[in-house]
Amino acid sequence: MADEIKTLSSQLAQDPDSLVFLRLGELLRQKGQLDTAHRVALTGLERHPHLPDAHDLYARILADKHDYERAFDEWDMALRIAPDHVGALKGLAFLYFKVGDVQQAAAHLEAAQRAAPDDPGVAQALAMARGDGPGATEAGVGASGTEALTAPEPIAPAAQPLEEARVFAGLEGAQEGLLLLDASGRVLGGALKDPSGRNVTEAVAAYLAGVSQEAARTVKLLSLGKWTGLAAEGDFGHVHLAPPTGEALLLVVRDRAVPMGRLAIIAQRAALAARRWLEAHA
Amino acid sequence: MTAPAAAYGKALDLITRVRGVRGAMLVSAEDGIVVAEQLMEGIKGPAVAALAASLATRLRRAMEAAGVGASLFWHLQAEHGALLVVPTPAGTLVVAVAEPDVNVGLVRLELLRAAEVVG
Repeated sequence: MADEIKTLSSQLAQDPDSLVFLRLGELLRQKGQLDTAHRVALTGLERHPHLPDAHDLYARILADKHDYERAFDEWDMALRIAPDHVGALKGLAFLYFKVGDVQQAAAHLEAAQRAAPDDPGVAQALAMARGDGPGATEAGVGASGTEALTAPEPIAPAAQPLEEARVFAGLEGAQEGLLLLDASGRVLGGALKDPSGRNVTEAVAAYLAGVSQEAARTVKLLSLGKWTGLAAEGDFGHVHLAPPTGEALLLVVRDRAVPMGRLAIIAQRAALAARRWLEAHA
Repeated sequence: MTAPAAAYGKALDLITRVRGVRGAMLVSAEDGIVVAEQLMEGIKGPAVAALAASLATRLRRAMEAAGVGASLFWHLQAEHGALLVVPTPAGTLVVAVAEPDVNVGLVRLELLRAAEVVG
């Protein structure tokens, strides 16, 4: 393995755009060199952001590092690019199993089985998830695998990005970088603080008044259908605007450490929760 | 605007050669007037430029107020395509109109390169 790692490293150095980073990253992960694997995967992902295998590799490394929230996002992204990606389906099943959501785990494994009916690992893991098969501990649902199906354990609240309650909490509080506005720029929920801790909710809301209408007019002029999001990269952070309903506007702000693609996923989930919240409070 | 007019064409070429890009424009951020354009037929350049400039202004102010600094790149996504914009320090917006399946990362890179050309 060491020789292969050396060879692949050399190949990658000669051709940084090469896809050998996938094999190299996986070998490093298997060898437990997670920090190096992380660097290799991240660099590869930056060069190949639309490659589902790159997201899958990165997710496996993150899962090995117990960063389940980001692993979830990466597998989720892989599935958005390739809905039948077996690795991503297994990975998400692993995470669902880990939080005790056996139903979701089984659903993802069933999807994986449809995509790869001959994969014995999937069949074993599915049997385990359904509670009707022995020996599935070797199945390796996702990441490093063997512990995945044997001992579901609760994970930290921070690793549960899909919890609606959390998004709603954000809409009510100032800590999540979420702001929900009506068409006139009036605040419906959430709040924002700048990096110094100053509350900037009203100022930001005022500047964003009318953005939804202008975005809609712009895409209409270009015959592009409905606008679905506006992502912007700043010196110190990223923002994503989304229209949860025709008139409302949701703003999500994160620092630059959060990649734009991941921010888009967070914003889409927040927009969905905001839509439900708006409907519930209508 | 610091570059000679000949550089504008070169800057726009960088963007329009990307597969899935339907056109590119240089727009004055202050007044929304088209400075140079390479657009496919049917795209209403002046109107799009005016709206892009207005959106850019609102976005810049909101981002500065939120403490995330000046906007370096923004991307308006829609069902059937996208508008991608890089503001330059000299007050020009480098704008691309693209198909929905365009390689956004590549367009972003070319917009940034074009922004360097036009200054």
